[in-house]
Amino acid sequence: MKRFIGFIKKEFYHIFRDKRSLFILFGMPVAQILLFGFAITNEINNVDIAIFDKSNDATTQEIIHKISASKYFSIKQHITNEAEIETVFQKGKVLAVLVFEKDFKKNLTKENSAKVHIITDATDPNTANSITNYISAIIGSYKMEINKNVNLEYQIETKSRMVYNPELKSVFMFVPGVMTIILMLVSAMMTSISITREKELGTMEILLVSPLKPFQVIVGKVIPYIFLSIINAIVIVLLSIFIFKMPIQGSLFLLALESVLFIITSLSLGILISTVSATQQTAMMISLMGLMLPTILLSGFIFPISSMPLPLQIISNIIPAKWFIIILKGIMLKGVGLAFIWKETLILAGMTLFFIALSIKKYKIRLE
Amino acid sequence: MKNYNVIEVENLTKKFGDFTAVNSISFEVKKGEIFGFLGANGAGKTTAMKMLIGIAKPTSGKAQVAGFDVFTHPEDIKKNIGYMSQKFALYDDLTVKENITFFGGIYGLSRAKIKEKRCELVEELGLGDIVNELVGSLPLGWKQKISFSIALLHSPTIVFLDEPTGGVDPITRRQFWEMIYKSANNGTTIFVTTHYMDEAEYCDRVSIMVDGKIEALDTPKNLKEKYNADNMNDVFLKLARNSS
Amino acid sequence: MSISLQHISKSFKTVNAVNDVSFEVKEGELFGLIGPDGAGKTTIFRILTTLLFADKGTVTVAGFDVVDDYKEIRNHVGYMPGKFSLYQDLTVEENLDFFATIFGTTIEENYELIKDIYVQIEPFKNRRAGALSGGMKQKLALSCALIHKPKVLFLDEPTTGVDPVSRKEFWEMLKRLQQKGITILVSTPYMDEAELCDRIALIQHGKILQIDTPQEIIKHYPKKIFDVKADNMYRLLESLKSYEHHYSVYPFGEFVHYTDKREDFNPQELQQYLEAKNHQNIKIEITKTTIEDTFMELAK
Repeated sequence: MKRFIGFIKKEFYHIFRDKRSLFILFGMPVAQILLFGFAITNEINNVDIAIFDKSNDATTQEIIHKISASKYFSIKQHITNEAEIETVFQKGKVLAVLVFEKDFKKNLTKENSAKVHIITDATDPNTANSITNYISAIIGSYKMEINKNVNLEYQIETKSRMVYNPELKSVFMFVPGVMTIILMLVSAMMTSISITREKELGTMEILLVSPLKPFQVIVGKVIPYIFLSIINAIVIVLLSIFIFKMPIQGSLFLLALESVLFIITSLSLGILISTVSATQQTAMMISLMGLMLPTILLSGFIFPISSMPLPLQIISNIIPAKWFIIILKGIMLKGVGLAFIWKETLILAGMTLFFIALSIKKYKIRLE
Repeated sequence: MKNYNVIEVENLTKKFGDFTAVNSISFEVKKGEIFGFLGANGAGKTTAMKMLIGIAKPTSGKAQVAGFDVFTHPEDIKKNIGYMSQKFALYDDLTVKENITFFGGIYGLSRAKIKEKRCELVEELGLGDIVNELVGSLPLGWKQKISFSIALLHSPTIVFLDEPTGGVDPITRRQFWEMIYKSANNGTTIFVTTHYMDEAEYCDRVSIMVDGKIEALDTPKNLKEKYNADNMNDVFLKLARNSS
Repeated sequence: MSISLQHISKSFKTVNAVNDVSFEVKEGELFGLIGPDGAGKTTIFRILTTLLFADKGTVTVAGFDVVDDYKEIRNHVGYMPGKFSLYQDLTVEENLDFFATIFGTTIEENYELIKDIYVQIEPFKNRRAGALSGGMKQKLALSCALIHKPKVLFLDEPTTGVDPVSRKEFWEMLKRLQQKGITILVSTPYMDEAELCDRIALIQHGKILQIDTPQEIIKHYPKKIFDVKADNMYRLLESLKSYEHHYSVYPFGEFVHYTDKREDFNPQELQQYLEAKNHQNIKIEITKTTIEDTFMELAK
């Protein structure tokens, strides 16, 4: 046991003396969360829009007022004919035009339905999508207000989109993704690099020739990173709660357990990578290309899996990150318990067992 | 033939901050001479050599290599010297032929000239079919002989060899030195840096650097007599012991 | 026998790294494996330290079989691989302490054994290993390999890339360790280090050329060797090689080592031949045979 503790102590020396890995360990999570939270965002602010109000009655005035009062939009222009819509877009003055149909108020009160067209400049589809959602939300809330006084229910659109994230705060969507990436990076890449570094230095030869059991070498390498990954997970959760005021709906205990499971998955992947690579450089390349890219692109973190072509949808199933993101979103945003995510948890646990078994089988107690 | 100097160094100094890596060294090397530049690790020989081949700027002093000043014409120096190091010699993932073409190309040899040189080389070294093999698959001895020939491809005035024969088997090593004697005989100056003292025995003259200074400079024979030693290794031991 | 190899062979893909090698090292012996890079020395070391399986043959170290009892061997041997395998980012003391810990011992417990090596680097014990000179790294690596008081010490090219002063000190240290009863197997590409061993095995292309004491090996050289010298080395070599009676001609430092085919060779004849070829300052003297001469004769 003393041997083992001595080994772990040495690992911590390595970590704390290497400025680069320290930066990856502690700088990256903070930087990524802040980056995704503030810079890369679907939120919109002060977007210029134009209004084409064909009816110009009390109701449309009220809606327009609500829209211009929100911090999201500023009304740049009122237009008066169809032809002008084309022109304002082409000049790039506005990103959206709101068209109220004729006799808006009359239609709404008499036929319980009135139409608003939201025309957006879709050269930037994400923004266009957000604009549509925001305007719909504002109109929606207005309709809720008027429905209070009226017996008849008026039509309201796109309610479901905003249930779990009513303010459409994109950072809430990014937190589970960033957390997944960070844990993957720290656990898989750092362990694989630290094991291959010993191979490169030649110290692995000495370790193998020592009475330390190969199993102890591997576990000793992994323990410091489990510890650091847990700290990282805590930092990320704290950042999201205190800086982005993100509510954690579900059980923190369950969140912790699931995170530890995913950390172990990543670590076993890291060990697996180290068994097949001879140099730190190879380990780094495999980690980045084989783990990071699929994690970012195919896990549903940035691009929704449901909109991918079928082959990619199928491939996404073998990416551990996909399941972890589903679990995280479930716990953090929906507040669900194990009853709703047991399937994902089981898949992740199965993958972990598989990787551990494979790396034990692959790990060489000799040099061949 | 050996009548003029191809390297002239006077009070050459290189400082890194407070640390003086090369401390006012002076020496000359004659045309066609095999000059051994010895010293322990960290004695300053690598720094000194980098200045001579025009990739490091001296702090002070004077130096001329192949007739060009190291301060003002480092690019001309590079065109007129060859360089071979044990650490980097050839590209392992290119064939011998491709290596020859590549290095001929960077020294501005014409296609025809490269081909002519390559045929000469194949014959001289008895390369035969080996020219089409990847360098990585060749034994160390072959690599060294080939990289020496490649360093000579553009007929340089001086060839700098950095620890050329460490670890090579004794027979290959002799063949290598025979090649060196041959090109020295043809008028090429050979400048060998090494910390392997047995390589020093093959040189016409050797200088021994200790802590940034040249502590001894003479023929191996005279040095051995002066220090009452059996071989260069003992000469070196005596010099190094005096210094510390 | 402390180390015994019987008919060991090992191939990597197409390369026959070790080819039917057998030798034995007695307890307390300082045994040298002498050969150039690529001769198979490192492969033999890895087989002996249980890091590689041999394709054929049997090996025992300190009485244990390298395949069946590899765990026992790992407790009783010290190994210093080719490059000084130290943790560059740990200090001198931390490195030593780490290796002591993984072998289940402490620096204090075996300090006596490493004392005269370690005192030389102790003033730098708080310096990171990466910042040490080659000679100091070598001493630290040796201390680390010794810290658990091994019965057998394996040193793979411990003097490569180290300056002559450190090399000399290193061999002096090995001699002292040997007196403490440790069996030492050391490999080196430097022929001049062979004479410092009790017995040596000359090895090339994975094959043993000869095994004996350095003195016996030299004694068995079949020819008389002459130092030949003249002003122009290259021309001298050419002339000697075209001399009809020459047996071998090798440059050897400032001389050429020459042997003749004839039993009753008279140097005077060679002198006349060289004079006829216009050589200046000719000198021909009989000289002592070295291990390197023997190696070249055997490897021919």
